[in-house]
Amino acid sequence: MSTNVTDKPLPRVTPKTRPFWDALKAHRIDIQRCEDCHAWVFFPRLHCPKCFSKNLTWTTVSGDGELLTYTLSRVPTLPELADEVPQMLAVVKLDEGVHVNTTLVRLAENQIRVGMRVKPVFDDIAPDVTLLRYTAA
Amino acid sequence: MPDLAAIVGTAQYRPQRRQEAPAMFALDQVADLAGLAMADAGLAPSQIDGLAVTSVGFGEVRMFVPAMVGEYLGLKLNYGEVVDLGGACAVGMAWRAAAAIELGLCNAVLCVIQARPNPTDPQAPPPSPLARRLGATSAFYGAPEAEFDVPYGHVAQNTGYAMIAQRYAAVHGYDSRALAKIAADQRTNACANPEAMFHGQPITVDDVLASRMIADPLHLLEIVMPVTGGAAFIVARKDIERTGRHRPALIRGFGEYIQCKSPSYADDMLLTPIGPASRRAFSMAGRTPADMDMAQVYDCYTITVMLTLEDAGFCEKGQGARFVREHDLTYKGDFPLNTHGGQLSFGQAGMAGGMSQLVEAVRQIQGRCGERQVKRHDLAYVSGTGGVMSEQGALVLEGMA
Repeated sequence: MSTNVTDKPLPRVTPKTRPFWDALKAHRIDIQRCEDCHAWVFFPRLHCPKCFSKNLTWTTVSGDGELLTYTLSRVPTLPELADEVPQMLAVVKLDEGVHVNTTLVRLAENQIRVGMRVKPVFDDIAPDVTLLRYTAA
Repeated sequence: MPDLAAIVGTAQYRPQRRQEAPAMFALDQVADLAGLAMADAGLAPSQIDGLAVTSVGFGEVRMFVPAMVGEYLGLKLNYGEVVDLGGACAVGMAWRAAAAIELGLCNAVLCVIQARPNPTDPQAPPPSPLARRLGATSAFYGAPEAEFDVPYGHVAQNTGYAMIAQRYAAVHGYDSRALAKIAADQRTNACANPEAMFHGQPITVDDVLASRMIADPLHLLEIVMPVTGGAAFIVARKDIERTGRHRPALIRGFGEYIQCKSPSYADDMLLTPIGPASRRAFSMAGRTPADMDMAQVYDCYTITVMLTLEDAGFCEKGQGARFVREHDLTYKGDFPLNTHGGQLSFGQAGMAGGMSQLVEAVRQIQGRCGERQVKRHDLAYVSGTGGVMSEQGALVLEGMA
């Protein structure tokens, strides 16, 4: 994958979301789970959006899931991402049920199918930043 | 059923490309549009006692917008509000104004969205590169999108709508010619509207499909073109004293539904907020989709129109393409849709783009649409859509007998 990405927009990490990004850096996927109603929570919050409990714990998951939808953007969605065109933008539904915005990699356009099983790809785009991309399982 | 509030006047700038548009301070645009709408309604400034504006596009002010606008216009207000619903602002303003009037809070509400460029501040620092083209996406510190969307390139609206369309294709099948027909039929309407951006430029289904693919499956001619402009309307008690003689359009039913900022997080991105919003509007009005003489449907993309036709109940879920194939959507046809050309062919003047649908519905109801006037014009359905199917609103309008 690309290495020179200083111009690309990087995640603006906050104390609230730091555990997620630290886990990705270690090539692990940690998402929050509500200890009270057991709902999985993504993106990170301080509260459970189902029951409003603040009793959330970071839990490691496989990251496996299915492709909910995708598009191939033929024009860059940001000038800084021009080298990624066609951008394979996608939404993945993790087996835990939460939806994650991502991009697909290592796939030809004609290999992409809504509903296909996908697995995570840890993309170390900068020394201390790893993005969660996806490819066919 | 709401029976007291009606839209009694409208104003709309002709859409213009940004480089051709006059730069005007937002306050002056609002004052100009207000004057035009009051003249159309036959109302005096002293009769306006309510105000709905957006917070977008004011170079002069970020907070306390209604007070500043009211002061600048010289209005004394019983009701002032900023509506922040993107393309659903116009519909949102209309029902909020109607509700305020039904409750006896005020008599006449000016609803206005200005979308011409502001003069450049000679002392302002240049905008940061990333702030340029994010559309509805927020890259501010702490915004979930700044972390979980922007780094991946999930930015602005095109790809969000494209992903909804792609999922629709997987679940229900996809007839790209039917989607293209929406754009072509609306262009026919625009060719009967001298105010439309694309007046005099007819297109065919094949033209749409031959246009550049932007984000699969959306072609360039299925995507709205940003322009500049602005619009205003006045909601008033139907019995207000006025010199205008145009037929009032009663606000009979309304609904609103806010689902998610991003459709990615919707439980089912194919069940759009216009469903619950429209069901409430029709139920309130005591009408059904089949009763409508026209549909003025928010159309940032062709897929938006088809999903709205389905979820608002004009046809069954999954039957949108068949519905489009089987109906003539032009002003001459059996299902007049976006008779001004829609935003796709009229032009999308920022947040005022969604007001073009409402203005067209009112002017059709008033019988003022010239060549494109539809024959039966008593009942109109109007929808508004903000973000990526994030927030939607619906109105049922009825011409006063």
